Amino acid sequence: MFDILTRIRRTGILSEALPRSEAPEAPLEKLQRSLQAVFGRALRIRHVDAGSCNGCELEIHALSNPYYNLEGSGIAFVASPRHADVLLVTGPVSVNMEQALRRTYEAMPDPKWVMAVGDCGACGGVFGANYATRGPISAVIPVDAVVNGCPPTPQALLQGLLQITRQRPG
Amino acid sequence: MSTDFLEREGTRLPANVAVRRVLVDAAQWSQSAQSLRDLDACLLALWGADDRDVDGMFRIFAAFLLPDHVLLLQHAMPAATPVYPSLAGWFPVADRLQRAVYDLLGLQPDAGDRRPWLRHGGWPDDHFPLRRDSDSTQTFPVEPAPYSFVPVSGDGVHEIAVGPVHAGTIEPGHFRFSVVGEKVLRLEARLGYTHKGIAKRFEGLPLAEGHHLAARICGDSTVAFSWAYCAALESITDTELPRRAASLRALALERERLANHLGDLGALGNDAGLAFGLVQFSSLKEQLLRLNQEAFGKRYLFDYLVPGGVVTDLGMHAIRAMLDEATMLEQAVATLRTIYDDHAGLQDRFRDAGQVSPELARAHGALGLAGRASGTAQDVRIDLPWPPYDWLRPRRVLRFGGDVAARVLVRFDEIIESLRLCRSLLETLPAGPSLITLPTAATGRLGLGLIEGWRGPVLIALETAADNRVRRCHAHDPSWQNWPLVEYAIHGNIVPDFPLINKSFNLAYSGHDG
Repeated sequence: MFDILTRIRRTGILSEALPRSEAPEAPLEKLQRSLQAVFGRALRIRHVDAGSCNGCELEIHALSNPYYNLEGSGIAFVASPRHADVLLVTGPVSVNMEQALRRTYEAMPDPKWVMAVGDCGACGGVFGANYATRGPISAVIPVDAVVNGCPPTPQALLQGLLQITRQRPG
Repeated sequence: MSTDFLEREGTRLPANVAVRRVLVDAAQWSQSAQSLRDLDACLLALWGADDRDVDGMFRIFAAFLLPDHVLLLQHAMPAATPVYPSLAGWFPVADRLQRAVYDLLGLQPDAGDRRPWLRHGGWPDDHFPLRRDSDSTQTFPVEPAPYSFVPVSGDGVHEIAVGPVHAGTIEPGHFRFSVVGEKVLRLEARLGYTHKGIAKRFEGLPLAEGHHLAARICGDSTVAFSWAYCAALESITDTELPRRAASLRALALERERLANHLGDLGALGNDAGLAFGLVQFSSLKEQLLRLNQEAFGKRYLFDYLVPGGVVTDLGMHAIRAMLDEATMLEQAVATLRTIYDDHAGLQDRFRDAGQVSPELARAHGALGLAGRASGTAQDVRIDLPWPPYDWLRPRRVLRFGGDVAARVLVRFDEIIESLRLCRSLLETLPAGPSLITLPTAATGRLGLGLIEGWRGPVLIALETAADNRVRRCHAHDPSWQNWPLVEYAIHGNIVPDFPLINKSFNLAYSGHDG
C-alpha cells in the first residue's frame, strides 16, 4: 500500500502537466472548460465499432487516460445505448455490423447525436464500399458530426464533441 | 506411405525468412499434414486463390512453421471440382480457416464444420466474392441467417449471449456462454463482424500503395502488418533493405509492442479492480505515444513503413529522448511490477484464472504472446531472425503457467526486453539511407513476409500481377490460432472473470476478420 501511495504522490496530477497543443487545435484545458459549459456534467457516450481496424478505438481509449481526463470534463462512456446522448461510431460500416449499428442507433432515446470517427467513418477510408462494407457511417445512419484522422488524435476527438453540441437537432 | 515429397527441396520463395514451397496433390496434402503434425509443426495460415484465368485451376495454400523454416504447401484443384482434403483433423485451427476460404472462394474441404464463418448473410451463399469473376463493387442487402451455436443441455443450463456490440470500447464479436449458475460450461465465439473484404480490396492495387491497406488490417499491429507487406514486396524485387531502415523498422515494431503491453497491463489491473494500474500504465503509454509524435510525426505509426524503408529518419534529439525514455520506463515498470506482484487482491484474480495448459497450447498451435505464456517457445524474431534481429538477438521470454498471471508476466518481461532492444538499436543506429527506391516487380511472383508482432507472428502472402499491381494478397493474424484457446481458457471459470481472461489474451477482431 505504501508503494502505491508513494507512486501516486510521485506521479502527481498529469492533467496539469499538459503541453499546449499546437494550432489549429485549441488548448486542451480551454476545450474541456467549454465542453463542461455546454453539457454541464451530463454527456454520455456510447461507442460502436462498426468495422474499424481498431486504430480509432486506441485513441478513444486515450480520452480516458489522466492526460485528457474525459471523465473530469463530465463526459463518460456508458454501457448501453439507452443511456447515451452521443453515438461515437468508427469504421467503414461492414455489412456484418450494419444491422447491429442500426439497432444500437434506434435504441438511443431522443435527442441524440451521431459522431462519425476517423477517415473510414467519414468517407469509407482505404476500404471504400464493396461487397463487405457500406463505406461511411452516413450511408447507414444519420451523422451529425465528423472527426477526420487516421486515427484522429484525442484532441481532435474532444473538439469533435464540442462541435456536436452546437448542432442541436431542431 | 512415403513422405519423400516433404524432403524434396521444393522452391525457395522470396521472403524475409526461409520459405520452401512444395507442390502437392490431394493425397500428398493429407500425408504431409500427418507428417507435419508428428514433427510438431504449426499451421501458420491457410488461404486460397482463383487462378482460373491463368490455367483453369483453383489453388489452396497452407503455410507451416517449422523450427528452421516455413514450409508452404500448394495444391491445385480443377475449376469444376474445387474440393481439397480437410486439415482440421491434424490442425484444429484449420477448421475456421477452411470455413473462411469457402465463404470467400467456394473451395470446399472434404470434411468438417460447414457453417459459414465470415459470411453473415451479407451476400448470397452462392456468391463467392474473392473469385475473379465477382465484381468487387456489387453489393447485396443483408439477409441475416440464424447461426446454429452448439447447444449444451442439462439441468439448470442456460445461455448468455453477448455482443456483437459490447459494453466497453472494444471491437465487435459475439460470445455465447452456456452456464450453470455462474460457472461457464462452454463458450462459443462467433467472429467476422468487421470483415471488410480486404483481400478483394487488395486486388489490382498498385504494389507501391498496398502498404497503406496493409497498415489498416489491424490498427494495433500496424507496424507488424506494414513490415510484413513491405518485406514480401522487397523480397519479390530482390531489394536489400538499407541497414538503417531495418533498424528504424525494428525500433517502430518494438515501440508498438511496448505501447500495446503498457496499455494491456493497465487494463488488466483495472479489470481486476486496481484502477491505480490503469491510471499509471495508461499515462506511461500516453508518454510513449507523445514521443512517437515528436520523433516520427505520428502517435501510432500508420504508414511510417513504406516499401524501401521508412518515411522519416530519426534525429539526434529524438534518439536522446528515446534513450531517456527507456531509463524512465525501466524504472517505472519495475516499480509497478513490484506493486502488481505484492498486491494480494490482484494476484488472487490473476492466478489460476483462464488457464491454458502447455499440452492444450501445443495441440492448438498457440502462437505469440499467449503461446509463450503456456510454454510454447515460438518467437520468429529468435527462431527465424531477419535483419536486424539477426544481430539484435532478442532473449526468449517463456512462462509455463498458462493463466492470466502468466500472460501478465510475459508482458512485463517483454517490456524490459523490448526496452533493451530499443537501446541497442538507438545506440548503434547504422549510417546510410533510410529509404531507397524499389525496382519494378516481375509479374506472377509470390512472396511472403513474416513478422513477429506484439501479439504473435503476422503473415502477408503477396502475388504480383502485370503493371506493378497486386494480383492477390492474403493477410493472416495469429488471433486465428489463439481465439479457440480463449474458449478453452474460460472452462470452469465464472462469467464475471471473462473480461479479465479475454483481456489477458487481447486478440484481434479486425485482424482476424479481414
